[in-house]
Amino acid sequence: MAEITLDKVVKRYGKLEVVHGIDLKIAHNEFVVLVGPSGCGKSTTLRMIAGLEDISDGAIRIGGDVVNDLPPRKRNISMVFQNYALYPHMSVRENLGFGLKIAKQDPKMIEERVAEAAETLGLDALLDRTPAELSGGQRQRVAMGRAIVRHPEAFLFDEPLSNLDAKLRVQMRTEIKKLHQKVKTTVVYVTHDQVEAMTLADRIVIMRDGNIEQVGTPMEVFDHPLNTFVASFIGSPPMNLLPATVRGGAVHFTDGKSLPVPSRLAGKVRDGQEVTFGLRPDDLTPQGHGIAEGGERAQMELEVILSEPLGTETILYTTIAGQEAQGKMYGPRPVSPGERLVFDVALEKAHLFDAATGRSVAAD
Amino acid sequence: MRTPFRKTAGKVALWILTFVLMVIMCVPGLWVVLTAFRPNAEVLAKPPVWIPEDPGLTNFAKIFGFAADQVAIPVPSYFANSLIIALTSTAIALLIGMSGGYAFARYRFRFKNGIFLGLMLSRTVPGIALSLPVFIIWSKLGLIDTKPGLIIVYVALNVPFTIWLIDGFFRQIPKEMSEAAQVDGCTRWQAFWKIEFPLAKSGIASAGIFAFLTSWNEYALASNLTRSTDSKTLPVGLMDFTAQFTIDWAGMSAMAVIIIIPALILTFLVQKHLIAGLTFGGVKG
Ligand SMILES: Nc1ncnc2c1ncn2[C@@H]1O[C@H](COP(=O)(O)OP(=O)(O)OP(=O)(O)O)[C@@H](O)[C@H]1O
Ligand SMILES: [Mg+2]
Repeated sequence: MAEITLDKVVKRYGKLEVVHGIDLKIAHNEFVVLVGPSGCGKSTTLRMIAGLEDISDGAIRIGGDVVNDLPPRKRNISMVFQNYALYPHMSVRENLGFGLKIAKQDPKMIEERVAEAAETLGLDALLDRTPAELSGGQRQRVAMGRAIVRHPEAFLFDEPLSNLDAKLRVQMRTEIKKLHQKVKTTVVYVTHDQVEAMTLADRIVIMRDGNIEQVGTPMEVFDHPLNTFVASFIGSPPMNLLPATVRGGAVHFTDGKSLPVPSRLAGKVRDGQEVTFGLRPDDLTPQGHGIAEGGERAQMELEVILSEPLGTETILYTTIAGQEAQGKMYGPRPVSPGERLVFDVALEKAHLFDAATGRSVAAD
Repeated sequence: MRTPFRKTAGKVALWILTFVLMVIMCVPGLWVVLTAFRPNAEVLAKPPVWIPEDPGLTNFAKIFGFAADQVAIPVPSYFANSLIIALTSTAIALLIGMSGGYAFARYRFRFKNGIFLGLMLSRTVPGIALSLPVFIIWSKLGLIDTKPGLIIVYVALNVPFTIWLIDGFFRQIPKEMSEAAQVDGCTRWQAFWKIEFPLAKSGIASAGIFAFLTSWNEYALASNLTRSTDSKTLPVGLMDFTAQFTIDWAGMSAMAVIIIIPALILTFLVQKHLIAGLTFGGVKG
């Protein structure tokens, strides 16, 4: 049983505090993804869990025991590094078996475990090569193999796919997911790619500047972002965030256009409140070109500036209140720049954030 | 337009230049080796005799005392002194160089840059400039004409360079290697010996060769600090061939050959570790 608990964990480098007392509970066998922009403290947090960085304050527990002062080797975890960190002077076989050999395991058992890991990851044919003789994707697999042979209580991944090309990245992403289903273990996975986070995670932890902004399942953070940061970070293309004022049950944009306040949020806003109106491109669709018709809707006539056909859908660029906004057209037809279209706004999917705090009004 | 002729001419010129440069570099060495096998009289012949007319091992025999007309030079003692002093000082310099190089490459500490710069600057002082102060201190400490006395001097001479060289090699090894090993179950110490040391081996070997050759060939300080067969090294022993009015060039050359050979052997032995570009690939490609 390896649940991992972070209790008010702080990291300081000298006087500089880079992680500000974060709390997090990771359940046994859960796949948790830490995601956030560069420099937000993801790697530092992961390395504190691994024992590669000291913890300045707070406590980390693995399987119930406080591990603050345990060296990495006593935490029964394994880690996959961004640059793989394979041992260049050892063959793939030796790389895989290294941890077990250090633990003075029986050579027969090491051989079995290595064979098992090699089979799981399709490395059988490569066992006698050195890392220099492998492709990027193969090295990545060896790094994962090295992590699984020891049957650790938890896997830690630090941006393991960021050195692969786009196609291989998608392929390895699927493999990691399959691997987790096969070797059920607790996983903490760091990435700055929100698509990776969405597709892999049981739960996503969104970090910014050393703080946790929101924790939730992919659908929770997608459907109910707690603040504008999460709203803009999760989802691609990103959510449109437009400044507006609430007046008389309607949201008024600076250019005079207005939309009704979504009925589920009606009681949450004050008259005169400055807000940010959030709407995903999927919920701003030309009439007759949406995914699901019906529901709470409003209409807006907008001028299309640019269209980007993607095949099954087309991204439409338009302006609302002087700001660029994106919509989507499903079952697309050619659209020429300058064309004015009537758009459906799916109000039941719209979000309102307080302009001053950036917090979702639904959260209070 | 470059005609084929011009191209060929350019190439030939390049080869001639290379040849001339090689001759300038190699002839003195070759002359020493040739001279080792000829009688002293021939050395001073005018016009010079290039290929010894009657090559023989007389000079070597003389050195080792097998010839009637000359007192033997205590080559075995000198040789043993040189070997002990060079090997010991190299081993110590490598040990310090490894710890120091690792510390500079991996740890952050106060005055790090200052210390590093200081080490490098110490190399700008020519050894001979220190010979008088060292002589005075050593004579007070009773280290004159002892092997430890010379060993300490050579360690001091070699440490800055070994630290600098080894630091560079450790720097090339991503610190994630050692971290991966620690996560894999190693102590920091094990991670060093099993992962980082093998990867830095070529650097350590290079540093070792340099340190050994420096100690093996050093003359200026050794000539001041040694007196007798207790500590005299081979280069100092070369001076045994100079009398007040004559110099036994042939004997000196034979001795020089004796000095060169172990250095050559060692260099060849260690050379296979010297493949400078480490075959990495442990990290992203
Ligand atoms: N050794 C260090 N000394 C001082 N500051 C550091 C050190 N290591 C990291 N930091 C700082 O801590 C903050 C968090 O770094 P961290 O590596 O955890 O970011 P990250 O979220 O992993 O970013 P990335 O996506 O770029 O990897 C950064 O602002 C970084 O500058
Ligand atoms: Mg990072």
